[in-house]
Amino acid sequence: MTAQDFRLATGGRIDRDLPLRFTFNDRPYTGYAGDTLASALLANGVMTVGRGFKYHRPRGIFSAGAEEPNALIQLGSGARSEPNLRATQIELFDGLESASVNCWPSLEFDIGAVNSLISRIIPAGFYYKTFMWPARLWMTYEHIIRHAAGLGRAPKRADPDRYDHRHAHCDILIAGAGPAGIAAALASGRAGARVILADEQNEMGGALLGQAGDIDGTPAIEWVEAALEELASLEDVRLLPRATVFGYYDHNYLGIAERVTDHLGPAAPAALPRQCLWKIRAHQVVLATGAHERPLVFADNDRPGVMLASAARTYVNRYAVKPGRRAVIVTNNDSAYEAAIDLAAAGLPVAAIADLRLSPTGPLVERVGELGIELLAGWAVVDTHGRRRVEAVDVGRLDDTGQSITGEVRRIDCDLVCVSGGWSPVVHLMSQSRGSVRFDDDRACIVPDESFQEERSAGACNGAHHLAECLAQGSRAGAEAARRAGFAKAKPAKPPKIPSAPEAESTPIRALWRIPGVGARARADKHFVDLQNDVTAADIALAMREGYDSVEHAKRYTTTGMGTDQGKTSNVNALAIIAEITGVEPNAVGVTTFRPPYTPVGYGVLAGRNVGALFDPVRMTAMHQWHEQAGAVFEDVGQWKRPYYFPQGDETMAEAVNRECLAVRYRLGIMDASTLGKIDIQGPDAREFLNRIYTNAWDKLAVGRCRYGLMLGDDGMVFDDGVTSCMGENHFLMTTTTGGAPRVMAWLEEWSQTEWPKLKVYFTSVTTHWAVAAIQGPRARALLGELCDDIDLTRDEFPFMSWREGTVAGIPARVFRVSFSGELAYEINVAASYGAALWQALMTAGAKHHITPYGTEALHVLRAEKGFIVVGHDTDGTVTPHDLGMDWIVSSKKIDFMGKRALSRPDTSRPDRKQLVGLLTIDPGEVLPEGAQIVSEVRPEPPMPMIGHVCSSYWSAYLDRSIAMAMLVGGHGRHGETVTISLEDRIVQAVVTKPVFYDEDGEKIRG
Amino acid sequence: MLLLSCPWCGPRDETEFSCGGEAHIDRPAKPAELSDRQWADYLFMRGNSKGRHLERWVHAQGCRRWFNVERHTVSHHITAIYEMGKPPPKTPKAGK
Repeated sequence: MTAQDFRLATGGRIDRDLPLRFTFNDRPYTGYAGDTLASALLANGVMTVGRGFKYHRPRGIFSAGAEEPNALIQLGSGARSEPNLRATQIELFDGLESASVNCWPSLEFDIGAVNSLISRIIPAGFYYKTFMWPARLWMTYEHIIRHAAGLGRAPKRADPDRYDHRHAHCDILIAGAGPAGIAAALASGRAGARVILADEQNEMGGALLGQAGDIDGTPAIEWVEAALEELASLEDVRLLPRATVFGYYDHNYLGIAERVTDHLGPAAPAALPRQCLWKIRAHQVVLATGAHERPLVFADNDRPGVMLASAARTYVNRYAVKPGRRAVIVTNNDSAYEAAIDLAAAGLPVAAIADLRLSPTGPLVERVGELGIELLAGWAVVDTHGRRRVEAVDVGRLDDTGQSITGEVRRIDCDLVCVSGGWSPVVHLMSQSRGSVRFDDDRACIVPDESFQEERSAGACNGAHHLAECLAQGSRAGAEAARRAGFAKAKPAKPPKIPSAPEAESTPIRALWRIPGVGARARADKHFVDLQNDVTAADIALAMREGYDSVEHAKRYTTTGMGTDQGKTSNVNALAIIAEITGVEPNAVGVTTFRPPYTPVGYGVLAGRNVGALFDPVRMTAMHQWHEQAGAVFEDVGQWKRPYYFPQGDETMAEAVNRECLAVRYRLGIMDASTLGKIDIQGPDAREFLNRIYTNAWDKLAVGRCRYGLMLGDDGMVFDDGVTSCMGENHFLMTTTTGGAPRVMAWLEEWSQTEWPKLKVYFTSVTTHWAVAAIQGPRARALLGELCDDIDLTRDEFPFMSWREGTVAGIPARVFRVSFSGELAYEINVAASYGAALWQALMTAGAKHHITPYGTEALHVLRAEKGFIVVGHDTDGTVTPHDLGMDWIVSSKKIDFMGKRALSRPDTSRPDRKQLVGLLTIDPGEVLPEGAQIVSEVRPEPPMPMIGHVCSSYWSAYLDRSIAMAMLVGGHGRHGETVTISLEDRIVQAVVTKPVFYDEDGEKIRG
Repeated sequence: MLLLSCPWCGPRDETEFSCGGEAHIDRPAKPAELSDRQWADYLFMRGNSKGRHLERWVHAQGCRRWFNVERHTVSHHITAIYEMGKPPPKTPKAGK
C-alpha cells in the first residue's frame, strides 16, 4: 500500500476516518469515503491512467467530471465488470477493483507507442485509405486495429444485478443541482410545484462543491446545505442525487439513469436495485446542467499532468488532493485565476500564469499579484516535456495576431499544467429537445438559442459565467416554469429572493483556437483536439484540405467527438478550428448533432426487469401441469407453451411423433387445443359482419353448426383461418390460429370501429375462458359416449361441423365436432377452471382405448397428411385462396367481402403465381427440409432459376414415406410432373401431386 | 416518446398505442366498379406529408378504441384528437 502523499492534511469533503482500500491495475491503494477513483488515484500520486486510442501515448486524469476523455476504467471483474467508466465519476468504495481500458499490452510497456513515432504516416482517414483493398480483408484488418485500439471489454456472462424502472410525472424537472438548479428548485418548490431535482453527482451543489467562494457572506457550501435542507422539507420536491438526466425526447419525456447502489460495491443491500431508470414526463423543464471547461490546443497538450484548471481546483477544494507538486497555469480567461489562488492556498506552488490576453486586469489579477505568482501576460505554453508525465513546459510570447511566437522560449519546471480555454455550456439536453443553439462570439462558446419544447436553460449552461448571474437565472427560470405549470394563477408568486454573491469584473476572453508551435511543433500534429480519439489540429486541417469541410463530414473522417465522451471537451475547439481554416464564422460552421445519451448508459438499466423469465410473458393452459408431469417437451407458439411431443422412456423425437400419429390414425389421440384463439362475436349484425370479413357466405349457417372460414386482407392475401360456430341467431364463436389471435381480434375491432361503425356487433376475446381437449381417432366416439349421456352422438344427430351443449365427465361442456387431423374428432370446451379435471377424466376413461396424448409436431404431420394448411407456415402474406387451391371457399355470389376486389387484380389473377402442391420424393425416405428451393435448371452452383419452395415437410409414419407441400410456379397445372429440389449438398427429385395424402374423400372425418 | 390523449382514457404514453396510418381513407362502397388503378390507389397509395398529417391511432394496450389524430410530422405537435367518423379539423389559414 502507498501513502496518500498528495492528500492535504485538512479540508475537503472526504471522510478521513473512513479509509477505503482499492486496486488499480492490480496494485493496492487507499482512499477515503467521498473520493472518486480519480481523486483517490491522484492522492496516491497516480496521474497516468491510460493510453491514447491511436498513438498509445500515455494519458492522465484530465478533468473531475462527466467530460473526462482519458481516464477510462474497467470497473470490477467477472460478470459485474463494466467497461469505459470515467474514473472521475466512479465513487470509491471498499474493495473496488479497477483497471485501465486502453493500455494494451500494459500501461508501462506499450507496443502501440511505436505508432507515436510514426504518427506522420497515420493521419486522419489512414485506416480508410490504407486498408481499402482487398475489401474482404477489411474484417481482418479491423480486428487487429480494434485490438490495438482496445477500449474496455464487455463481460461475457449474464449480469447478476437487478435494475428497476420507474415512471414519474412532475410539474418541473430540473436537470442539474448546481447553484442555478438549486435556485430554480427553491423558486418553483416554494410555489408548491411538484419538482424533481436530479443531479449526476453523489452530492448536490455542482461547481460550488469545488469552490472556496462565499454566498451571502458565508461559505458557498453552507448556502447549498441550507437550500437542500429546505428543499428536502418540501413535500412535493424530490431530490435525486446520482441521477444523470441522459435523454430529452418528444413531448417533454426525459430519461434519468440513477445509480442506486453502484457506490456501495459489495456492501450494497440486496433489497435495492443497482440502478434505476426513471422515465419522466415533465410539464416544464429547467436545464441547469452547467458548463465544461475547454482545453487549449497547444503542442504536446496530451501529456499526463495537463489538466483542466477547474478540475485542479476541484481536486484541491473538494477532495483535499494536490494533483501535482508545482503548477503552471495557461489560460485565456479569468476563471483559471481562481484555480491559481486556491492551489496556492492549499500549498501547491504556482510557478507562473501564462495568460493569452495581452493585458488582463481586475480583482482576480490583483489578488494573484499579491500572492506573488508570476503573470506572463500575452504568453502561452508552446510545448511540454517529460517522459511519463509533464516535467517542464516551454512558454513563449505571442505576437499581436496570436499566430506566432516572438522572442525567446522560456522553460519552466512543473508537473502540473492547468489549462483553461474558456467554458462550453452543456447544451446537450437543450439540443436533444430540438432547441436550437448558436455560437456566441463574445463569450466564445455555444449557447442555447430558441427553445422547442417547454424548457429553459439557466446558469452556466446558458452561458452565464458568474455565480450571481447563475443564481439569478436559476431563480427566474424556476419561477417562470412554475407559472407555466399553472402555479402563478393559484398563488401569485412573490418575486423569488435572489441570493447575492460577489460580482467579478473581468477582461474578456481571448479566443485563440490553435496556439502556435515552435520548430517541428508548428506542424500541429501533436496539438491534440480530441484526447480520447487522438485527433490533432493537423488531422482537422488535413480533412479540410481533402474536402471534408462540413462539420459532420470532418467529424466522421477524423473521428473527432466520436468517442465515449462524445467530444465534451473537444467539439467546440474542433468546430472553431474548422471555421478558422475555412475562413467562416464559427456560427456558420454549425455544430454536430447532440444525441442521447448524455453520458453512456448501461444496457442493464435500460432493460430493467425485462430479462430472463420476465422478458416476455409465458402463457400456460389449464392442463400445463399434467403435460409437465407426463414429460412433455414444450414448444413456444406465440407466448404459449404447447406440448411439442410426449417422449416415453428414451424415445427420440421422431419415434415419439410417429407413435403419436399412428395412435390418432388407428386408435385415439388427445391434444390440448386450449391455445386456439377464441373470439365471442355478438350483436344483431354479427352475421353480416362475418359475411364481410370472411370469403364465404354465413347467411345460412344454422344454430349448432360450424363453418371453416378464410380471412383475407383487402389486398386479397390470406390473413388467418379458423372455424366459426353459430351459438345463437346473433351469437358466434370464432376460432383463430394460436399465434394469430391478438392480430385477428385487432383486425375485427379495426374494421368494426373505423369502417362499419353502424354495424351492431361486439367482440370479446374468450381464448382463456375455455380449456379445450381434442380427442381424435376412430375410438373418439366410444370414449365420449362413456363420459357423456346428454348428447346424442350418432352420426346423423351430431354430424361433422356441428356443436352441441352437454355434460362431459360431469362438467358442463360445449362439444364441437371439428377436426384438424382428418379423423373423427371432438373438441371438448369447458370452463378453464375445469380443464385439468376434464383432461384427467378423459385420460382415465381413455386408458382402455390406449388414449395417447400428442403434441404440436404430430398435429402438424396429421394435418399435412390431410392437406390442411397452416396460415403463416404454408402462407406468407403473398398467397391468395386461389394459390392454395381453395377457390371453393371464395363466394362468387357475395357482392363484396374483404379482399374480393383484389383477387381480380392482374397480379393476383395471373396463372404463373406460386401455387400449393403436394410433393412426393422419388426416394420415399428423403424428408425435404422446409424452405428448400425447387429449381427449373440445375447448375454447378447457385444462383439457379427458382420456381418454388417447400413449405411443409414431414415423415408420415402412416404412409411410411415422406410427404411435403410446396408453393410452385403454376403448380396446379403440374400434377404428375417431376421437379428438382436443390439442397446444399445434393439434388433431390420429387413428383408433384395434389396436396392431400390421406382420406381425400373425407370418409373418416365424417365417419 | 409522444404523449397521446386517448379520448376515453386521457393522456398516455405512445407505447400504449398503435398507429394505423393515414386517416380518412374510406373503403370504396362498390369495389367491383373500380378500375384496377382506382383500387390500387385505395389499397396502396398513402400521403407522406411534411407537416400536418391526419392519422388513425388505436389505444391497443388500453381501451382498444380507434380515434383520429392531427399531428405535425416534423414537430410532432398534436393539434387535434377526434373520434372516428368525425370530419377533420379545418386547415389553419396560411400565416397562422
